[in-house]
Amino acid sequence: MLAEVGQFALILALLLVVVQLATLFWGAHRGDGVLMAVGRQAALLQAGFIALAFGALAWSYVTCDFSVELVAEHSHTTQPLAYRFAATWGSHEGSMLLWVLILAIYGAGVSAFGGALRETLQARVLAVQGVIGAAFLGFLLFTSNPFLRLSPAPVEGTELNPLLQDPGLVLHPPLLYLGYVGFSIAFCFAVAALIEGRVDAAWARWVRPWVLAAWIPLTAGITLGSAWAYYELGWGGWWFWDPVENASLMPWLLGTALLHSALVLERRGALVSWTILLAILTFSLSLVGTFLVRSGILTSVHAFAVDPKRGVYILGILAATTGLSLALYAWRAPAIRTGALFQPLSREGGITLNNLFLTALTATVFLGTFSPVFIEMINADKISVGPPYYAKTFAPLAIPLLVLAVFGPVLNWKKDQAKAAFLRLRIPAIVAGLVLLAALPFGGLKGIATADGLALGVWLVLGSVWILARRWWSGRAYLQRAILTTPRSIVGLVVAHAGLGLLTLGITGVTSWESDKVLNMKVGDTVAFAGRTLTLTDYALTEGPNYQAKTARFAVKGATGGYDLRSEKRWFPVAQSQTTEAGIRVGPLGNLYVSIGEESEAGVIVRLWNHPLIVWIWIGGFAMAAGGAVSLSDRRLRVGAAIKTRPIAQPVPAE
Amino acid sequence: MKRLLFILPVVGFLVLLGVFFAGLGRDPRALPSVFIGKPLPAFATAPLRPGDTGLANTDFQKGEPVLLNVFASWCGPCRVEHPVLMRLRQEGVVIHGLDWKEDAAAGQRWLAERGDPYVRAGNDPTGRTGIEFGVAGVPETFVIDKQGRVRYRHVGALTPEDWDSKIGPLMEQLRKES
Repeated sequence: MLAEVGQFALILALLLVVVQLATLFWGAHRGDGVLMAVGRQAALLQAGFIALAFGALAWSYVTCDFSVELVAEHSHTTQPLAYRFAATWGSHEGSMLLWVLILAIYGAGVSAFGGALRETLQARVLAVQGVIGAAFLGFLLFTSNPFLRLSPAPVEGTELNPLLQDPGLVLHPPLLYLGYVGFSIAFCFAVAALIEGRVDAAWARWVRPWVLAAWIPLTAGITLGSAWAYYELGWGGWWFWDPVENASLMPWLLGTALLHSALVLERRGALVSWTILLAILTFSLSLVGTFLVRSGILTSVHAFAVDPKRGVYILGILAATTGLSLALYAWRAPAIRTGALFQPLSREGGITLNNLFLTALTATVFLGTFSPVFIEMINADKISVGPPYYAKTFAPLAIPLLVLAVFGPVLNWKKDQAKAAFLRLRIPAIVAGLVLLAALPFGGLKGIATADGLALGVWLVLGSVWILARRWWSGRAYLQRAILTTPRSIVGLVVAHAGLGLLTLGITGVTSWESDKVLNMKVGDTVAFAGRTLTLTDYALTEGPNYQAKTARFAVKGATGGYDLRSEKRWFPVAQSQTTEAGIRVGPLGNLYVSIGEESEAGVIVRLWNHPLIVWIWIGGFAMAAGGAVSLSDRRLRVGAAIKTRPIAQPVPAE
Repeated sequence: MKRLLFILPVVGFLVLLGVFFAGLGRDPRALPSVFIGKPLPAFATAPLRPGDTGLANTDFQKGEPVLLNVFASWCGPCRVEHPVLMRLRQEGVVIHGLDWKEDAAAGQRWLAERGDPYVRAGNDPTGRTGIEFGVAGVPETFVIDKQGRVRYRHVGALTPEDWDSKIGPLMEQLRKES
């Protein structure tokens, strides 16, 4: 019964979204307030129906209704409640339902809180959003219906992939989707601006918070995914350059560029057509990410069930949205003129450079991800691109960007003097230089890279905090006031850029000083490793809710005291698969990571890792997301622009 | 001139779209048909395990169907399939291994830690040998018949279902071939 309710709710949502896009396009064209009001209500109602459908599916999962085929395939009665619920988005169909749910919620947000926008702009934004919604609801209903029944219903389901039964993975997909789908709003604003042929102050003010609102969960989601891979895959890696990881990294890189160029647009009215292009491309890359996982064009550990028919449909959506919007861009964008000019050495100039580097980085990842497809087109060879490619191409582009990230925020808008800008940063530069000199003598060629990485991290953290320090120092007579009146957008900037520095320090630490050791151990054996001694105290069979495990317990003695670590090898009989739960002691200076392997007469194989500074990679990532959140809470963004403002860009006749 | 600049994105996108559409038809798991039914190309690799003999194409024409598993310790899915290989080894299936694009030391650690399912194991640090018979990535598993001809290529981790539904029956059939 419930599955049918969900099914009909989805069909109603599809009908409503067609009403939404038709009334809004037509209403905006005619300037008809009544039609536009109907469209706005349709957007709200549609979100309600999709939420109902999602609730129906989630409830079917929670109550183990195995007469629903999807539930039977991804759930099991012994699966804990939290994972039965999370299994709702653990399959292709369920994750697409979550996708359209988030899309509809964002749309409802624009409908409910977009009152400050010009009515026709709001209508066109929602109309474009309706087109995307209709495309994906159609995809869901016609190729990936989540509510198909199974008759006769099995007594028991097959389990969700045990690797996905993890708290990190419960949150990871929704966060990524909040990011991917969130960029659709910027995309809709861009297309609406192209349709209208003008970009005004209200447009600029609205785009940036929406980009930020998508960027924050995407950053957090990628960080969480990396942390999950570290502790769950059982071999201590944190980034694999897997095609699907790249699929989330590309919209992130371009979205970061968009975040910065939207800032220039908001403050100075410059880079208008570039920002529109970035908005289109960022969302397109989100779609490419969706396409990549579901089409079977590339193989990946993450891949959902491969189905070329679905691939064709998503490629069709991609062709229609990106193709049409880029065609619209080619036609209309030259007519949108930007007024404000700036000198090369200025905040705008810095952000332009930031955009160039981020775009180049995106292109690098894009080429690395898709080169197997391209090369095969050219000469039918099959090739693979591994981590060495990224080490050679990504790092040389990322390093100058990180150096510049400190300069950008201290530059003045419009124009600046090079010497004055350097003087503002002399102390962070001196400290970073000293770190470089102090670290250089240790180690050969690798030592140079380590020293550079450390200096870069210090430069980013200190250089970012320096912005606040300078600000508060100049207002030190009224320090409390100076602190309280600091705009949150500046605090957010400092936290996010410092997070980037922490990330750099973490990556440097773990790639430079990582060490590991593999050995056979029996109960009672003791081993010395990385300044600690480990004793295997117990090795026994244990029982979990839906798995059996071999559990090894270790007593660790370090310089600062002792603690226990536990590592497990879990066997999931229903899913017929095995996972490794590593024992990890997390510390600010480094992690001790223990995982167990096969057993033989010689004992059980134990692998030990020392991962110096690795935790700062994720602290850095979450700090970036937190910085974004602080910036989003800035009063300036919450209040929004006045309705009647002078357009900062006027349409001019095409040449 | 300036207009051209604005048209560039859509033109670039159309090219990309063409590539994607063409790419959809292809199956990344399919072997170029030239290899199926042909003997393995001549190759000889250094040993992975110290004091061993390495792996060469002549190791395959021994009157017994074999699996050739290409793996690497840096590869995530290889971790997933490793227990399956260990099980097959226990069941008496002959598996030869090729450690791809890494130093022998890393491969030795991998085997020491997780168990060694291979009868013979070669090391291919540059990936040159893998290219000879068209390895696109790791893991990949080739089914080689009694005469040393490639009969099937499996891309990605070898799951119990893959074995039960495709590869196991194929091996059984090859064993019966004269």
